[in-house]
Amino acid sequence: MTAGGGWETVIGLETHVQLRTASKMFCGCSAAFGAPPNTNVCPVCLGLPGALPVPNEQALKLAVRAALALGCTLHPKSVFARKNYFYPDLPKGYQISQFEQPLATDGALSYLSPDRGLTTATIVRLHVEEDAGKSLHDRFPKQTAIDLNRCGVPLIEIVTGPDFRSPQEARRYLQTLKQVLEYAGISDCDMEKGSLRVDANVSVRRAGEAALGTKTEVKNINSFAYVEKALSVERDRQVALLEGGGTVAQQTLLYDSKTSGVRPQRSKEESHDYRYFPDPDLPPLVLTEEFVAQQQAQLPELPAKKRERFMTQYALGVADADVLTGDRAVADYYEAVVHAGADTKLAANWVINEVLGDAKTHQEQLRVPPGALAQLIGLVRGGTLSQQAAKRVFAEVAERGGEPRNVAEALGVVQVADSGVVARWVSEVLGAHQQEVTRYKSGEIKLLPFFVGQVMKLSGGKADPKLAQKILEEKLAA
Amino acid sequence: MSDPGEALANAKAAADRIVKAKRLNACLTPPKELRQSLQKQGQAAHPSGVLYGMPVAVKDNICTLEFTTTCGSKILAGYRSPYEATAVAKLKAAGALVAGKTNCDEFGMGSSTEHSAYGRALHPFDKTRVPGGSSGGSAALVAAGAVPAGLGSETGGSVRQPASFCGIVGIKPTYGRVSRYGLVAFGSSLDQIGVFGRSVHDAARVLSVISGRDPRDSTCEARDPLRLPTVPESLQGFVIGIAKEYFPPDLDPAVRRACDRAIRVLKELGAAVREVSLPHTQYAVPTYYIIAPAEASSNLARYDGARYGPRYDGALDLRTLYRTTRGEGFGPEVRRRILVGTYVLSSGYYDAYYRRAQQMRALIAQDFRNVFDRGVDLLFTPTTPTPAFKAGEKLADPVAMYLSDIFVVTANLAGLPAMSLPIGRIKGLPIGGQLIGQAFLEDEMIEAAYALERMVPGAEDA
Repeated sequence: MTAGGGWETVIGLETHVQLRTASKMFCGCSAAFGAPPNTNVCPVCLGLPGALPVPNEQALKLAVRAALALGCTLHPKSVFARKNYFYPDLPKGYQISQFEQPLATDGALSYLSPDRGLTTATIVRLHVEEDAGKSLHDRFPKQTAIDLNRCGVPLIEIVTGPDFRSPQEARRYLQTLKQVLEYAGISDCDMEKGSLRVDANVSVRRAGEAALGTKTEVKNINSFAYVEKALSVERDRQVALLEGGGTVAQQTLLYDSKTSGVRPQRSKEESHDYRYFPDPDLPPLVLTEEFVAQQQAQLPELPAKKRERFMTQYALGVADADVLTGDRAVADYYEAVVHAGADTKLAANWVINEVLGDAKTHQEQLRVPPGALAQLIGLVRGGTLSQQAAKRVFAEVAERGGEPRNVAEALGVVQVADSGVVARWVSEVLGAHQQEVTRYKSGEIKLLPFFVGQVMKLSGGKADPKLAQKILEEKLAA
Repeated sequence: MSDPGEALANAKAAADRIVKAKRLNACLTPPKELRQSLQKQGQAAHPSGVLYGMPVAVKDNICTLEFTTTCGSKILAGYRSPYEATAVAKLKAAGALVAGKTNCDEFGMGSSTEHSAYGRALHPFDKTRVPGGSSGGSAALVAAGAVPAGLGSETGGSVRQPASFCGIVGIKPTYGRVSRYGLVAFGSSLDQIGVFGRSVHDAARVLSVISGRDPRDSTCEARDPLRLPTVPESLQGFVIGIAKEYFPPDLDPAVRRACDRAIRVLKELGAAVREVSLPHTQYAVPTYYIIAPAEASSNLARYDGARYGPRYDGALDLRTLYRTTRGEGFGPEVRRRILVGTYVLSSGYYDAYYRRAQQMRALIAQDFRNVFDRGVDLLFTPTTPTPAFKAGEKLADPVAMYLSDIFVVTANLAGLPAMSLPIGRIKGLPIGGQLIGQAFLEDEMIEAAYALERMVPGAEDA
């Protein structure tokens, strides 16, 4: 919670999230990532003389859904404003954003803080804006290339209060935010592709102090892994400064992932007076109650709600429910397995251990169809497959597909419940372990599982363990 | 149905007349390119269109696929738009011909067409005088008889003022009546494409064609195109307001005489004439000169030399590239307005200037609503305080230049339709009378203009 030495860290985050739309915010150009430079452009997003913006309705729908998912107050009337500054990748010389009257304010997002448990971050505001293009400084020597494909791509900016007390908390909040936005289909939240970008305001103060210290803004944090690192580096820098008797200067810093350090942004890149004013090309954005209700109806069950429901409906513990609802696809998968007839607890174990384990090494693919997994779980429960055999079948189905029942037969791992066959295996095991038999008979009955294990081993996992135990008990009692 | 050869003949004749009027410096398109394009357009024009074969001169701040679109500025020298304005597309679809691009004050900033990087345009009847502005080129060409109609644009009277100076009809429709898509922005909340004609009918039918919804302009109302009224027998039932603020004591006596005569005609036609007051009128020019430059400072930020237009290539850094390109590319009046606009939007000054100007703008609009709510249908005023002034007369005094628009900027601030039509002359110089109508009731305004046009001796001395 504190940075050590009685210092408290205070962090607020500004997150830019690209909305998942086919086209741009104010024109019909594709918003897709990765097209050849300057191919997804038109007079509107190029800012050619005379061109005018027209809002993308799908983007507005997604923005409203985001505001609803984050419990914000949506404003029936919000206003697009121009943020004016000169830069070659900003073709109009201004960015269309929102300023005095944003789309939504006063939201909240609960997340599990590693330090404080379930904690609520306040969402100060959420507004809609367009993205700028990209300046490529490393493409041609001593020249800057401009790619305007990203120009006009729809974004929302989500601003929190100074609510986080550690870099770990900030990271956990971001993960939770990403989860919610992915769930609701609002954004891909892919930091590497830039569809989620975060700037952080960082300050430190003596523990117990009420006033905030001087903050710096840290930019260029371009992966989840760097969030914690960048913020820790900046926190430590500030603490060291203050402990050395210095002061923190209010400035914008760029995080450099190669050196794991921060450096001040060149002064000419900052201290803009953006001269915001309402964009006269766009009438105020008016949201009807009906429109908002429609967007509310489009929102899926969000992670926190789903987790609670899984705990009550499927009798799961908080840890299992948390893992299963962490990703919407996994949650849907789990429910499909249950609906296909699997026991809820067994299904949870299988999904968490086998399915997610397999997904980790296979590009997050859930490779075994839910129906097949339910069948597999049924086979174990009904005694047809041992747990061990079932894992082999699972791996085979994941790799090559097929019905678990058929695959099990083809692999020859179906449990043998023929008492004559099992009895022969039992006799062989007892014959080979005379010493243990003597110990068992003299009262050391905890050796029973050892004998069961040996029978399983001898049968190559095929012996029905319950039957084997029954026959073992009979023979050892004789 | 028109004769399929008519457009080609019209095109040739128009090209001849425009080239003949070359001394006016009203048309920026080189003669050879003009002839070639008009010939091609004449051949391609669709005979079923309502404007079949009508040559229409287009102000150079409206994007066309034919010809360059320079906005009268060096910073867009040689610029060819890859798309055309909705208004131009509608004109062409109706069979009209784009008859060259016309000279204007740079980006529409001016009242005399002297602030053009391509030289000043001349008044068609007196070469020592200005044709008005900023749409002076279109007005001069129509007045000189080179074309029957032209497109201009208004931010603060830039169609009505030159129409008045040149003795023709100029209509500025309601804000939102005509799409602004392809009109190069100056003050977006004020800008509107307007039309010139030698008669009310010519101007009105061009306006009717270019009006109507456009999904590319969020500020364009989703309404059907304007329906043309018929020429009325009388103005029985019309209530015409005369606002005292538009008839100050120092009004040019000839202008006053012409207006008085027009008011008598209105009464003779059966209209009820009522004196009214628009108390915030005196604040219109200062309000306008905060809002328009503020929007302009942002709208003109895109001309940075990075993507189109000439650029200063000797720059070692970005800042120098911007400074030099913009410093050399823009003329003094544009630079002045960008500076003013940047200032009034700056943090610390925004509330004192821009916000207060918006509040004043709302009061000015409310003045009009109050009058219309009390039964007034239209207002009649002089269009300008004086006839066309001398070239150079107001160049050194920007405020004097701004005040020549004192009667026209209110309609832009309130978003109302307004038009100017000739109501007399003094020493050969035309005088214009202005009608201001209610939002989206252009038809009533045009009806009154039809009646006035028939009865007022617009070409006679007042």
